[in-house]
Amino acid sequence: MIVLKERFVMYFRCTFPPATPALEFAAVMPVISLTVNGNPVTVDVEARALLSRVLRDQLDLTGTHVGCDTSQCGACVVHVDGKPVKSCTMLAVQADGENITTIEGLAKDGKLHPMQEAFRENHGLQCGFCTPGMIMTAVALADENPELDEMSVRKGLEGNLCRCTGYQNIIHAVLDGAKAMRS
Amino acid sequence: MYDFTYHRPETLADAEKMFADADDGQYIAGGQTMVPVMKQRLAMPSDIIDLERISDLKGISRDGNVLSIGAMTTHAEVAGSGDVAKAIPALARLADDIGDPAVRNRGTLGGSIANNDPAADYPAALVGLGATIHTTSREIPADDFFTGLFETALEEGEVIVKVSIPVPDKAGYVKFPQPASRFALVGVFVAQIGDSVRVAATGAGPCVFRVEAMEKALEKDFSASALKGISVPGEGLNNDIHASADYRASLISTLARRAVAAAE
Ligand SMILES: Cc1cc2nc3c(=O)[nH]c(=O)nc-3n(C[C@H](O)[C@H](O)[C@H](O)COP(=O)(O)OP(=O)(O)OC[C@H]3O[C@@H](n4cnc5c(N)ncnc54)[C@H](O)[C@@H]3O)c2cc1C
Ligand code: FES
Ligand code: FES
Repeated sequence: MIVLKERFVMYFRCTFPPATPALEFAAVMPVISLTVNGNPVTVDVEARALLSRVLRDQLDLTGTHVGCDTSQCGACVVHVDGKPVKSCTMLAVQADGENITTIEGLAKDGKLHPMQEAFRENHGLQCGFCTPGMIMTAVALADENPELDEMSVRKGLEGNLCRCTGYQNIIHAVLDGAKAMRS
Repeated sequence: MYDFTYHRPETLADAEKMFADADDGQYIAGGQTMVPVMKQRLAMPSDIIDLERISDLKGISRDGNVLSIGAMTTHAEVAGSGDVAKAIPALARLADDIGDPAVRNRGTLGGSIANNDPAADYPAALVGLGATIHTTSREIPADDFFTGLFETALEEGEVIVKVSIPVPDKAGYVKFPQPASRFALVGVFVAQIGDSVRVAATGAGPCVFRVEAMEKALEKDFSASALKGISVPGEGLNNDIHASADYRASLISTLARRAVAAAE
């Protein structure tokens, strides 16, 4: 990673090359096709656009939250091909051809998903900012592990930060939600 | 993040050609380091070449006493692989403790070792197990691959294809996770293969390193008590707000004993 070191030096000496290449490249915008919450969509995106940004700003799916934008908090978690990923840490072009589920895709026919219902019942949220990411992570966790216990829920939620609840009720909610998903 | 041209080749030959043709090309694997680095403008490549679609870089297989893992194999795939769990359970657990589920679903073995973060977990495993890194042009022993802080033996444009790992008799890995990131504040990997023992420490110095005094003691007697009284000097180790160099040195001794006790 010598390149990274050189960049680091450039960063501090403020000797960035001018951003003109960016403008040239912007002329050839990639087109990507995704399935989002069951619906096929085709969008023009900048190569550098994050999946989180395309979902929120171009597809108007603002349920996916951006908390830190630095891969730490998990508010932006969505499912790509059924697996939870941080949408702020994935380029939209990398998701070309994939099946994406966001928090908006969980409720069916006006009825909350069992995990959403469990968060409501267990007071698993306060301000609600972390909740979409928590729920997307929790749904995948419950899908992958038929036998969840408190420790596996805590480990499974390591990448999701909540500044309000103190986590206790989130853990209760995930355990309850997982049970409801199985029944 | 500055814009760039995005490429998604399906063969290694195409990937290398795209790299060669680019002004300032860079490969992307899981992006769990690359995307944050580009956001911070610490890297501003003109071209990003995504290795995702190259099937030659994927998959886990075992041939006799050698386990092979493709560069584009995600941490979650290593953690969930029956072959890995059977051959080297310590490696499966190491992968399962990297970051969090979302990071493990995207981050790859190849990306982790190419990046060579001083606190990354895989470098300890590959050096500890005496693995070989196979690239598009050669085979590099792990001992020669990790050369310094964020530096490896990789040449410009060279792609890691897979790693091959001898299956040990016993191996153990214990890390003291940095509580915020889960990276290793210090992590120690211990492996016994025949009469030889390897001990590799990550997180402690600018780059993974072997602890020869511990290896010699364990070759005579593979037990936690054989490590009694053997310590690594704090001099030259990482010293930051998370831990002093002396604390890291003492962690190496403690974690090495635990890794031996946990080895299976
Ligand atoms: C929140 C968070 C927590 C984390 N916690 C941990 C942890 O606990 N332990 C740990 O070890 N890591 C941790 N990581 C890092 C993670 O493991 C990354 O996945 C890894 O460092 C980079 O892998 P990647 O596949 O995402 O590579 P990328 O980010 O795509 O690429 C990284 C570098 O490798 C190069 N590269 C990628 N593949 C190849 C290849 N096949 N050949 C040649 N060059 C290649 C790229 O050009 C780039 O320079 C964490 C990351 C995050 C965001
Ligand atoms: S917004 Fe993506 S991890 Fe915080
Ligand atoms: S409910 Fe406020 S951040 Fe979790």
